[in-house]
Amino acid sequence: MTYIPTSPKERDAMLQTVGVKSLDDLFDAIPAKHRFPKLDLPKALTEMEAYQELSDIAHANENVRGDLISFLGAGMYNHYIPSAVDHMLRRGEFYTAYTPYQPEISQGTLQAIFEYQSLMSALTGMDVSNASHYDGATATAEAVSLAFAQYRGKRRKVVISPTVHPQYRAVIRTYTQGMDMHLVGDAADAELDSDPSDLIELVDADTCLVIVQYPDFFGRVYDYTKFIDSVHAKGALVCVVANPTALALFKTPGDMGADIVVGDGQPLGIPMWYGGPSVGFFTTRKSYVHKMAGRLIGETIDSRGQRSYVLTLTSREQHIKRERATSNICTNQGLIALGTAVYLSLLGKKGLRQVAELCYQKAHYAATQLSQIDGFSLAHNEPFFHEFTLVCPKPAAEINEHLLEHGILGGYDLGQDYPALANHMLIAVTEMNSKEEIDTLVEVLSEVSHG
Amino acid sequence: MAETLEKVTPKIVEPTIFDLSSPGRIGVTMPASDVPETALPPKELLRSDLPLPELAEVDVVRHYMHLSKFNYSVDSGFYPLGSCTMKYNPKINEDTCRLPGFLFTHPLQPIETVQGNLALMYRLQEWLKEIAGFAGVTLQPAAGAHGEFTGVLMMRAYHKSRGDNKRVKMLIPDAAHGTNPASVGMMGMSVVTIPSDDRGNVDLKALEAACDDTVVGMMLTNPNTLGMFDEHIEKVIALVHGCGGLMYGDGANLNALLGIVRPGDLGFDVMHFNLHKTFSVPHGGGGPGVGPVGVAPHLVDFLPEPLVGIIEEGDDDMPPLFGFIKPAQTIGRMKAFNGHFGGGFVRSFTYIAMHGPDGLKDIAQYAVLNANYLQARLRDTYHIPFDRICMHEFVAEGQFKGSDVRALDIAKRLMDYNFHPPTNYFPLIVHEALMIEPTETENKDSLDAFADALIKIAEEAKSTPEIVKSAPNNTQFGRMDEVKAARELVLCCWLPEGYDLNA
Repeated sequence: MTYIPTSPKERDAMLQTVGVKSLDDLFDAIPAKHRFPKLDLPKALTEMEAYQELSDIAHANENVRGDLISFLGAGMYNHYIPSAVDHMLRRGEFYTAYTPYQPEISQGTLQAIFEYQSLMSALTGMDVSNASHYDGATATAEAVSLAFAQYRGKRRKVVISPTVHPQYRAVIRTYTQGMDMHLVGDAADAELDSDPSDLIELVDADTCLVIVQYPDFFGRVYDYTKFIDSVHAKGALVCVVANPTALALFKTPGDMGADIVVGDGQPLGIPMWYGGPSVGFFTTRKSYVHKMAGRLIGETIDSRGQRSYVLTLTSREQHIKRERATSNICTNQGLIALGTAVYLSLLGKKGLRQVAELCYQKAHYAATQLSQIDGFSLAHNEPFFHEFTLVCPKPAAEINEHLLEHGILGGYDLGQDYPALANHMLIAVTEMNSKEEIDTLVEVLSEVSHG
Repeated sequence: MAETLEKVTPKIVEPTIFDLSSPGRIGVTMPASDVPETALPPKELLRSDLPLPELAEVDVVRHYMHLSKFNYSVDSGFYPLGSCTMKYNPKINEDTCRLPGFLFTHPLQPIETVQGNLALMYRLQEWLKEIAGFAGVTLQPAAGAHGEFTGVLMMRAYHKSRGDNKRVKMLIPDAAHGTNPASVGMMGMSVVTIPSDDRGNVDLKALEAACDDTVVGMMLTNPNTLGMFDEHIEKVIALVHGCGGLMYGDGANLNALLGIVRPGDLGFDVMHFNLHKTFSVPHGGGGPGVGPVGVAPHLVDFLPEPLVGIIEEGDDDMPPLFGFIKPAQTIGRMKAFNGHFGGGFVRSFTYIAMHGPDGLKDIAQYAVLNANYLQARLRDTYHIPFDRICMHEFVAEGQFKGSDVRALDIAKRLMDYNFHPPTNYFPLIVHEALMIEPTETENKDSLDAFADALIKIAEEAKSTPEIVKSAPNNTQFGRMDEVKAARELVLCCWLPEGYDLNA
């Protein structure tokens, strides 16, 4: 009866109104032989016991705010989250509301998500943003659906760079397995060190979309402007998977001419939470808005002449179009999108740039120091943001074991996804890493070199 | 005449965050860099301007506080939104999901450092299997629709693995949620709509006629969106299985079945859960949801990767070592990383742990009692097209003989009485549908007050219809011009006038 407010007396009165004798009598439609199974579950805990149990479980982890020094990124990043973000997310008016289908009593959610759309458009340099997708990977998969729909299924090829996040590429493969299309560009033997322009030769009249990442999975920053021009010349669209913190410092994909810019909003004030929930942002040109999946909030006016907001262009969506909808997305990541809006509002023009520059400075200091250790070097010469690929004298897996003994969570072992890169690790450095932590990492790796 | 040409300037109730910006204000100050400076990359690679607003923390907090007050929420009142299970969200969940051990763990950490997380996921998988009667569960899908997509991919993979390649049709009842056919459409399959009979069950004759060797399976919400438990459920499943199809259960309405019946026992092969409906993950103003999928033994090998499993068995002194495993014929990965762990799994784990087997049964019993009680109170005033003992929800018609008041008007008028309206115009098979789901967390007083308001509105529809048709009148905002929104498509507010995006 944990959260059930009905007293036995009230229950009996209600049963009488309904016209049945007991609660069990309400379930006569259920086949008798399967009715009221005995569930083999642990006995109910009180709130006090549950809190203790969950605390014990949480303590069985080693976290990156006290237990471990972390240089792990690869798509999810340890950033500082200003206190006010969570205070806003804990407002019951926000988190216990449903999707804003009744705009008269949902203007809080509607205006906040309209502002999220505006903030994401500003950050990516694009015209429009939708109200969010599940995460960066599924947002990228939805970009494929947009491009496929844009060419009405007549172009059936997607070119994807091998330096797009491996899990994102895996999700796109899962999503498209029922569609009559093929993905090329990221075969196991694909060249990883070359310029993105190498992908151009794969783009042909059958290609609807080319997907690249910015910075790419190895941390490299390329100006894709010419690349995008070349793809456009062949009639295909370009989707850029972007890190949102990097966009506070680097030229926007919008400026480079991208048609779709997607990514994961987790770095913008959302805890890593062992992988989720985060938020997938999806921005595009206004001309593609009718092909874009997901909810969209537009400005309007109410019957009293007040500026207000509604879900708009809903005729694109599954509840109207049913099997003809390009996506089945319904629930998105409303509360998390709100969190990123609060974060971007708090940090603002100066603060976000400052976070990006801190990441840049610390990552470059780390790269310089690490590359001076015997046997270690940087894999690439291209500009990078807050993540870079370090070549190690031994398999990254071995090095990470050693680091962990010293309380350090090392970089992502690239050999897991690229067998040729077993000695490579992807090091991420954010504003959360102090010089002292970086120096500790250098010190411990120096022992590896000499050991 | 000048008036018609004049552009109407709307009244601003709350400025946007961009309107509130004032150059030079700072919300958060970051520490100075503690490392030697590195030159920034060449200017061509940098952005020239970052057009974000500039505000102090107090400005930001007040802005979002003002916005929050424009929302109706479960914390503020009764929210009987059919098919959405707007139950009370226990506050303890908000604390457990924010424990630092959960908040600050990275999804790619070595498994030895996250045994707490993995144990929690493993136990939640086991609990969901037990609650719904399945052999395997994936926690990965991000929402109900994502779970459906996962389920349909597995059904397709199962038939393909048997060399059964001619199956292209999915059977879907006319009362189904739109996500069902949309999930099928994403797979390039076709949809065959199966009508409902006059008691709200699947029409058995139509189903029998549609069953052949091209059927992938059937997607059934049971209890359905009319709130009816199908009286011939075993026959329905036997027909689908009889033609080689698989039975998909849309778990949107699982709240009615906890401890009452296990879909797996009835013969469902695959089903998604909505942890944000049944197991109290808050809806968050439109997500995040959580949509795990359970499967029968013959589909376990097709589950998405990775699952959480035991890598090394434990003993009396040592707990087992949990890790990730890859099903033999997996359909692949549905999203990056490990699913909606913090905001989803931890909250639901807390909720199930605090209920136990008897507490879960209480949930279903009281959810069904509350719905039947409301149905009984409204029966004489509103026509109920499928009038029998309902499950957790029921559908009434929002129209009256000789009145042009419609369901939409009734919904809006309920706001004046400080209630959130029921779902309206769904399911599609009921005219002017008002779909009412009270959930188990409402007491008799709020149910009575809601019934009284609906009965009063029915009187108003006859005596003062203009009040109902112009509603809401007592709320901060009135009805919206949705046509204007779609025609003008103002979707963001950051672009200053004349700003050249490509400059």
